[in-house]
Amino acid sequence: MTDLLRHVLRHGDRALVLAQRLGQWITHSPELEQDMAFANISLDLIGQARYLYTYAGEQEGQGHDEDHFAYWRGPTEFYNPLIVEQPNGDFAQTIARQFLHDCYALAYWQAMTGSADATLAGLAERARSETAFHLRHARSWLVRLGTGTEESHARMQNGLDAMWCYTDELGPISDEADLRAVGLVRDGDLRAVWEAAVKTGLAEASLVRPDVEVAHSGGWQGDHSEHLDELLEELQSVARAHRGAKW
Amino acid sequence: MSDWPMWEVFVRARRGVSHVHVGSLHAADSEMALQSARDLYTRRREGVSLWVVRSADVVASDPDDVDELFEPANDKDYRYPTHYQLPAEVDHI
Repeated sequence: MTDLLRHVLRHGDRALVLAQRLGQWITHSPELEQDMAFANISLDLIGQARYLYTYAGEQEGQGHDEDHFAYWRGPTEFYNPLIVEQPNGDFAQTIARQFLHDCYALAYWQAMTGSADATLAGLAERARSETAFHLRHARSWLVRLGTGTEESHARMQNGLDAMWCYTDELGPISDEADLRAVGLVRDGDLRAVWEAAVKTGLAEASLVRPDVEVAHSGGWQGDHSEHLDELLEELQSVARAHRGAKW
Repeated sequence: MSDWPMWEVFVRARRGVSHVHVGSLHAADSEMALQSARDLYTRRREGVSLWVVRSADVVASDPDDVDELFEPANDKDYRYPTHYQLPAEVDHI
């Protein structure tokens, strides 16, 4: 697998897995309007994943289409960061996951508008504005819950604490130095941009930066928690039960 | 969250036309109302501008007052431009 193909899959997987998690909220949100909000964010992410998987198929050159990458790979062949596969928890935990992810995703797409790869740079333009809206949604809830009632504040802080041990992966990936050197990936200051965005959001929401010693990583390399097995089993069940079926 | 207030949503389809009422939604505050309005009513690029107004702040006319409010307009021809005979000199106004 080339470095570029792996990079494309990493971000396609990041988008698809998070989309699936958000889809699990539909009919369970506190209000119909929030079902719609999560569904819209989920659909944007699926759109990004489709674009990236189609490009991955071109890069791979073995005739695989987008469905192949979504439905016919196992958990160890997924390269998403661990945070997106974590269970939804309560509404606040989902918002914490989304906020931390969206701060990363916006910085990533922003940087990738300058990629030397025209396909990725083209997607970055669209994904950047989609992600800006996703972040606005997550951040407004972060602030609303963080500065709301005693209970909402406690839940928001708990959600943040639960997600914090997965944030080490939200920055430049160490084995992509070659892609960085030729300008295909432009994420040198990604971590600093992420830190600044998170810091501002937490301050606005009266939340404290969690002090968690344990940090999990390995998702970008295909080393996942058991949560991904369960998520993929559901995601892939229809395609695998009816091989070759058409809509 | 049945205690979330109701909001009325207005969308301006394009520059130069008025905002038009398109529906309503529940939201806890104005920011949430705007975000939900975007998700619910402008998913297919219908608009360039959104207004949300608390439904409680809309003052509506009483249906029982229809006659006295609107009926008198019917026999006031002078409110329509066709009522006026223009002199030939301004026939092409």
